[in-house]
Amino acid sequence: MSRISIIQVIAFFIYLFYQVLILKNIVLVNTAFCFLYVAYLLFLPVESTPLFLMLAGFIMGLCVDTFYDSLGLHAFACVMVMYARNYWLSLITPQGGYDVGTTPSIAIGGIQWFLMYTFPLVFLHHAVLFFVEAGGFGMFWFTLWKVILSTIFTTLVTVVVQFLFPSGRYR
Amino acid sequence: MQRLFLFLYQYRAFFTFLILEIICAWLIIENNAYQGARFFNSSNGLVAAMNNVSHGVREYFLLRQVNSTLAEENAQLRSRFEALNQLQYITSTPAIKDSSVMNQFDFVSAKVVSNTVNRFTNFLTVNKGSEDGIEPGMAVISPLGAVGKVRAVSRHYSVVTSILHVDVQVSALLRRTGHFGTIQWDGINPDIVKFKFIPRHVEPVKGDTVVTSGYNAIFPEGIMIGTIEEIHLTDELFFDLKVKLSQDFRKLSYVEVVKNSMRQELDSLIQTVVKEDKQ
Repeated sequence: MSRISIIQVIAFFIYLFYQVLILKNIVLVNTAFCFLYVAYLLFLPVESTPLFLMLAGFIMGLCVDTFYDSLGLHAFACVMVMYARNYWLSLITPQGGYDVGTTPSIAIGGIQWFLMYTFPLVFLHHAVLFFVEAGGFGMFWFTLWKVILSTIFTTLVTVVVQFLFPSGRYR
Repeated sequence: MQRLFLFLYQYRAFFTFLILEIICAWLIIENNAYQGARFFNSSNGLVAAMNNVSHGVREYFLLRQVNSTLAEENAQLRSRFEALNQLQYITSTPAIKDSSVMNQFDFVSAKVVSNTVNRFTNFLTVNKGSEDGIEPGMAVISPLGAVGKVRAVSRHYSVVTSILHVDVQVSALLRRTGHFGTIQWDGINPDIVKFKFIPRHVEPVKGDTVVTSGYNAIFPEGIMIGTIEEIHLTDELFFDLKVKLSQDFRKLSYVEVVKNSMRQELDSLIQTVVKEDKQ
């Protein structure tokens, strides 16, 4: 298991509190939500083991759930995404592979690679989240619309975060 | 046996995934099913304290709105008080003897510290808890209309399931005609709820007021819910009515928790009848 650096622990709380204190109140056109805390999970080092990733996702999800009064919901979606993450990373390995200790970022393969990495995972997270919350496929199109708008919103903010805090911070 | 362990070890990622997801699914179901999950919700002291700070900032932007609502309510109460005074003076009927009927409802004012409206299952947290005598199941209203029902309490905070929750049903009355039906939210627009089970022979008109019926002993009778916005006639036996909520849930700031001192009496009476019916 990778060494958990102190910076990662601090980043955990920053993302968590930013989510539950500020982003919780921001909803565009009644449908677009921003769940930026997923970015923290996506930015964990490349060589993290699935076990570590899933545990991190579970804890992060539970913390967010406590604030959203939806116990288990975010945790469910996070664990799902964290399980899929390493498979997806190995599928889209850029030429030459990953260096040791890197975090997935724009610096690795440019903005195109970065979007290809984040967009499907964020979409998966939001789809699981909203469909479980809706309790099935009763309002399929409305929920899908919510998922798509929220995915675009979250991905955009994720890219902004990348530019604000250039990667290599965790090395 | 050794091969079994080897197998488990080889696919440890998958099995951890499975176990964690099962835990989550269990939590979701458990949490939906009854009023459990006492610790991991926003009535937890630490979480609520943080929400308090966050809401304190947001509240500044709502002050003007809150002020005018309170002033309006004040005026309304004053006029009602005067009317009652006059009535007593004119009729001088013997006062109602049973004081428990007169004081059936008690109101506790509380401040909203966190609130959502855009999810399928919306909750709000208010800053009064078991120390002020609040219990799960009590109704919550605002000056402008019905808000929801208390779901879980801690010492100083409680979580309220708002009417904007797809599983919540409220018994309601079409005031002009006296027919009753059920209010339920469809999860789409936080301004509009559905009013179901109004039979076809009734003639609802756009703008009719819908109030609580007082049948389920949670809400007092006659609390405003909203006005009818859209009327559809479907092939079924009932109308498809849409009601515009009188309370804008995005601007909730102060609410009142309703204590009904006769709820237990009513509930136990109904329960005995239901039991006898089954036998």
